[in-house]
Amino acid sequence: MSSLMEKSPLGVFQAHLAKGELAYQVCLDDNKPFFYPRAVAPATGSENIEWRVSKGLGTVYTTTAIHYKGEPPLNVAMIDLDEGFRMMSRVEDIDAMQVKIGMRVKFRVHPGDDKQAPYPVFTPAVTSTGDAK
Amino acid sequence: MSNARLAGLQRGSVAVVGAAESDLGQVAQGTHPMDLMAQATMRALEDCGLTLKDVDGLFVAATQVRMGPMAFAEYLRIKPTYFDGTIIGGSSFMTHVAHAQAALQLGLCNVAVIAYGSTQRSVSRAAASPRDFNPFESPYRPFMPSTAYAMAAARHMHQYGTTREQLAEVAVSARKWALMNPKAWEKEPLTIEQVLNARMVCYPLTVRDCCLVLDGGGAIVMVRADRAKSLKQKPVYVLGTGESLSHANISSMPDFTVSAAVESGKQAYAMAGMKPADMDMLSLYDAFTITPILFLEDLGFCPKGEGGRFVEGGTIAPGGKLAVNTSGGGLSYCHPGMYGLLVMIEAIRQVRGECGQRQVKNCDVSLAQGNGGVLSSECTVIFGSEATV
Repeated sequence: MSSLMEKSPLGVFQAHLAKGELAYQVCLDDNKPFFYPRAVAPATGSENIEWRVSKGLGTVYTTTAIHYKGEPPLNVAMIDLDEGFRMMSRVEDIDAMQVKIGMRVKFRVHPGDDKQAPYPVFTPAVTSTGDAK
Repeated sequence: MSNARLAGLQRGSVAVVGAAESDLGQVAQGTHPMDLMAQATMRALEDCGLTLKDVDGLFVAATQVRMGPMAFAEYLRIKPTYFDGTIIGGSSFMTHVAHAQAALQLGLCNVAVIAYGSTQRSVSRAAASPRDFNPFESPYRPFMPSTAYAMAAARHMHQYGTTREQLAEVAVSARKWALMNPKAWEKEPLTIEQVLNARMVCYPLTVRDCCLVLDGGGAIVMVRADRAKSLKQKPVYVLGTGESLSHANISSMPDFTVSAAVESGKQAYAMAGMKPADMDMLSLYDAFTITPILFLEDLGFCPKGEGGRFVEGGTIAPGGKLAVNTSGGGLSYCHPGMYGLLVMIEAIRQVRGECGQRQVKNCDVSLAQGNGGVLSSECTVIFGSEATV
């Protein structure tokens, strides 16, 4: 990422998302993952940055349900991805109040609409035995 | 970090000599935020016996006045030799105190005014504090800042067993203090049940766990200690300050149960040469009921995780063992968007001993904790009476 003339960090992230991928960056100087996407790695200042694709599995770090007037409660949660970065998101396919800290969740793409570009959301992860972990 | 501060700033080198609120609550339609700033500034100058002509240092932060020092200098038609518009949310004004101290010590100005005003109740919070678009948060429609504080509260409950009743206790304690403050917005008693059963905003926070949304402003005047003695009011000395930035967006907060007040508090205690037990009263930024709980822990008044249990049973209410937010706080007295200046004004008045019915006995040292953004910026100021310098 030496030039911002052709690709932006957000642009690369969104291009991955368009392919159904949740991308994040790792600073190759200190081997630490980071999120949100940046042109320069935090703390090191390095431009020696690699894009990687997350497996999309994570754990709810904290959660809330927003009570907007005239709407069902809306979940907002912080998700700790297994690769070691954290992001804000929403857990879907479950009542907002039933999203619990420690719950395992899996990434999917929300398609967005004419005003909002596609963005990552999560759903409760179900293991092969059928148990939510 | 605290060593660098100690090298530059001297305990007790400056004092707050004037302090005043503007009109608070809901002001007349068309009032400009700078009308409130100016009203408070003139009241604070009158409080200490100085005039506008004396002011050569200007410190302004406001969400409705984008370039504060420039706009307010124009409004007052003064030409300050030193100005600072650092804006980091509600703790901006604690930062201004530290920066004003540096400027005063260096002789870059002689009379510093720190001013704030907001008409957020009149024009709506959305209009008064528009938020930056963030492609990694905005799509989820967080109701900021409430959503961020709710997530901090939820994590604290999960990790330490803090309960909604304990959060409510903070609001109930604040209300008891407010009933002794004639300037407080809230005039009726409040119970834990009422807090729990109030309209839910962001779980676990109901509307009674959230601060008021009011118009208001304030101003303080600072001079060097030698000049302070000859002015009208008893000087209130700046014994210690601390400033710390943690993050801007809640997604980047490292640990939702630990605020940067750990660092700002350490700096302020080190500069003052004091410890938590030396504080006679605390003014803790209470935008939400979770924040005083975090600050009691992070400033060393109870161990990490014990804040909820600490406030149970009226510990921080009138008659409790620790006087906290005696004005009634942002929860029950006034919260005009960025509340830090009013947080300090109460701490200053307690040291002056002019708080009437709610006055803390023998209050020589007070601590004001500012908080900005979403637990983002934490700044601490320790004030002391003549007896402490």
